[in-house]
Amino acid sequence: MITPDALKKLDLASASELLEKREISSVGLCEAYLARTNEVDGNVKAFLNIDRENILSQAAESDKRRLEGKELSPYDGIPIAIKDCISVSGQPCTCASKILENFKSPYDSTVVKRLKEKGLVIFGRTNMDEFAMGSSCENSAYMKTANPWDLSRVPGGSSGGSAASVAASEVPVSLGSDTGGSIRQPAAFCGVTGLKPTYGRVSRYGLVAFASSLDQIGPIGHSVLDTAAILDIIGGHDPLDSTSLPEESGTFADAVRKSSGGNLKGVKIGIPKEYFNIDAIEPGVKAVMEESVNILQALGAETIEISLPHTEYAIAVYYIIATAEASANLARFDGIRYGVRPSDASDLNSLYFKMRGHGFGKEVKRRIILGTYVLSSGYYDAYYLRGQKVRTLIRNDFMNAFQKCDIIFAPATPSAAFKFGEKSDPLQMYLADIFTIAVNLAGTCAISLPAGIDKATSMPVGMQFIAPPLGEHKMLSVSKIFEENRGIKAFIPSL
Amino acid sequence: MSKYEAVIGLEVHVQVKTGSKMFCSCPNSYGEGPNTMVCPVCMGYPGVMPVANKEAIRRTIIAGLMCSCEIPKYSKFDRKSYFYPDMPKNYQISQYDLPFCLKGKIHISGKGFSGNELPNKDIGITRIHLEEDVAKSTHFPGASGIDFNRAGVPLMEIVSEPEMKSADEAYAYLTSLKQIMQYAGISDCDMEKGQMRCDVNISIMPCGADTFGTKVELKNLNSFRAVHRSIEYEISRQEDAVENGIKICQETRGWNDDQGETYLMRSKENAHDYRYFPEPDLMPIEFTNEDIEKFGKEIPELPEAKRERFVAKFGLTPYDAHVLTLEKSYADYFEEGIKHTNTPKLLANWIISELLRELAASNTSINECGISPKNLGAMIELINNDTISGKIAKTVFSEMFTSGKAPEEIVEEKGLVQVTDESAIESFVEQAIRENQTQVEQYKSGNNPKVLQFFVGQVMKLSKGKANPQTVVKLLQKNLGSI
Ligand SMILES: [Zn+2]
Repeated sequence: MITPDALKKLDLASASELLEKREISSVGLCEAYLARTNEVDGNVKAFLNIDRENILSQAAESDKRRLEGKELSPYDGIPIAIKDCISVSGQPCTCASKILENFKSPYDSTVVKRLKEKGLVIFGRTNMDEFAMGSSCENSAYMKTANPWDLSRVPGGSSGGSAASVAASEVPVSLGSDTGGSIRQPAAFCGVTGLKPTYGRVSRYGLVAFASSLDQIGPIGHSVLDTAAILDIIGGHDPLDSTSLPEESGTFADAVRKSSGGNLKGVKIGIPKEYFNIDAIEPGVKAVMEESVNILQALGAETIEISLPHTEYAIAVYYIIATAEASANLARFDGIRYGVRPSDASDLNSLYFKMRGHGFGKEVKRRIILGTYVLSSGYYDAYYLRGQKVRTLIRNDFMNAFQKCDIIFAPATPSAAFKFGEKSDPLQMYLADIFTIAVNLAGTCAISLPAGIDKATSMPVGMQFIAPPLGEHKMLSVSKIFEENRGIKAFIPSL
Repeated sequence: MSKYEAVIGLEVHVQVKTGSKMFCSCPNSYGEGPNTMVCPVCMGYPGVMPVANKEAIRRTIIAGLMCSCEIPKYSKFDRKSYFYPDMPKNYQISQYDLPFCLKGKIHISGKGFSGNELPNKDIGITRIHLEEDVAKSTHFPGASGIDFNRAGVPLMEIVSEPEMKSADEAYAYLTSLKQIMQYAGISDCDMEKGQMRCDVNISIMPCGADTFGTKVELKNLNSFRAVHRSIEYEISRQEDAVENGIKICQETRGWNDDQGETYLMRSKENAHDYRYFPEPDLMPIEFTNEDIEKFGKEIPELPEAKRERFVAKFGLTPYDAHVLTLEKSYADYFEEGIKHTNTPKLLANWIISELLRELAASNTSINECGISPKNLGAMIELINNDTISGKIAKTVFSEMFTSGKAPEEIVEEKGLVQVTDESAIESFVEQAIRENQTQVEQYKSGNNPKVLQFFVGQVMKLSKGKANPQTVVKLLQKNLGSI
């Protein structure tokens, strides 16, 4: 058995050890997490759906495999929470939208298939902003997830449920998706580690698309090692996703382990001057960033100032490209083939209006309208085409910067987690992603790590490492060394 | 002569024959139960992604090369957005500005559908692009049903230049296009099964003018004949309108085959804004020179080349060659048959005059025909080696057609082997002479060939058609001469 206190400190790597030493069974572990969820999720509201019976039967299967002496992956029997926009066969997949209420996916996403192959237990569906559109989870059609550090504050978004579930120790690890910061920003708000892999590193097959050219699935965990271990499992080429890269996965956790105890001598870390001149950046965040730079320097890293000159256009470009793609991606929700059709639709147009009018929330409609507009004839060149050109400039900014440095250091967010209702103006909300959005436009990888505590709010503050495309090995190694040397060793809310 | 000339362009959709659909692994098959050939991908379920069918792309490139198209080295897929229940994602994956094939042409010549001579000319092809087919809607009283089996079937769109001037030219263009597609095995082009569909863009202008009139689009054309009729109707409708001072509107019109009329479907005000943008779920497609060269080597022999070869190599008449290449299946049948006989000309005659007639009468296709090419070749060999006469062969042929049996088997079963034994024939000859003294007198008085023919007939009757005709003639001449 595992005590509630021990559970709060348990991460993926130590859970794996307990299982391998048979100090705990998968059923025991899952029961402990279910008990924890029972205790805290009434307040945190990280989960939209938990199928207790299904979880325990998966766990029992794992225990059976172990008893039979089969060769198991190190993570066999460990639960993982899945964001509600990633398909699991036979489970609900609502994307936190009314339009998919009661919808069950008929197939496994590639990432889930790979997790199941390694014996992980699929543990519940986490809350999110509807169709991953938002930065606070307030756009969920079902409920508002709270930040485990302070229940009056948001967990961030859109993968807010995935970040909160890990922070609240309801699961050791979870999957989120990141289109403009949707893994890294909530991870930073909740004091956990969130990895956004290089575009194409992880198959998107089975991820309900928001913006196809920006979306990427990634892990959220308590440590760098845990996220690396999950990337090992979910990464690698998938013939079902034509945009997935040929690179194999499987050596990230090893790279992290090898770097343990090391220093950063010879590593050039770029600090983008534009990121620190932004008004929105709060003093508490700035203080933690300065502290972090000192740590990096003390570890022997060479820090150099770099420039990402097109930073100021990133949010505008993002809201053109992402909404354009979303307007087409979300067109399929019409009530014809699945979804609960309104009973009072009198003809085809009224079906469309009623289904989509009632099914989508405000922010989703706002973005569909915006995306439809920027693709319309007469506006396409001025918005979408121009947006793509600026996207190339932003990507070039990063490629030029990586000529000068190995890794870029940046804040994850301009502020710590804000209070519910604090950002009622959508444009103000969009600014919450100012440090994360450009990474998706550039298609490269980044990780968000808890770096310190904001003095004003006592909330965790996250920093980011950004690496060149397919630079995850180096990025994870540097992250591990930083993690071992940061001021606060473990970020655990008192909840 | 009319004061006006018509300007006609065609948009032809052709389903590409592949094992699986364009973007998923569902079978590409026709005639299955509704919604049985579907999966999350072709049903547009949340989270699915398309994977482009390489075979469909290969066949499209080959179709393009056969129509003398340029193959750009860089192509991509785009999303074309509009809401309709037959479209699972409410966008269609298609190609917008960078299609697989550009700037081709198709040659037309010879006699047109209405019997007039066609101008000998090329019709330009603007582009050929590849997309996914939509589902099939069926409307019942009070409800509609959608069958998604067709959704996602690879579909080529072949857009011509507005270079046709008559219904005959359009008909000839379609015939040529169909022939090419069938020849390359790209599609069966069965219009009844929806494998080939055609929309017509048509306008008229005063003869010799250089600006086109307002174009009208014609849809719902379910046969080449309907294309021909609708164009003729539309030309005269537009001429009447212009003559009466009525402005032609840019609109889409349907064709009512029973009434023989076009009717308004939608006007331009309701035109769609398709909001094309590059499909982010698929990578652009790049070809090297070597790729395109390799595709070029896969082009099958075109009908024109086949005709020339049939004349030169097998000694067929140009007419025979023309008929045998009308459909690739005819040519294939002929080429399979000549492996089993040494007289291609005779085989061609039998195919053209007997087989095609029987097929038409029984409304069967040559592929479903009871007589295999091998059996027809074998039957001709039975004639050539005097086992059966040409006349008996007709009996054998009809038996083969209905039973599908081999000719040797039929000849054996029915005892149809030709009698070549002179003594056996001689007894029939003697009997015929004995029983027809009047004709013997006539023969002696004038050695009349008609009378000889009469005796041949009598002998054949007595031998139940089995006597070898040459032997009969020889013996008749000998016996009658000696009287
Ligand atoms: Zn399918």
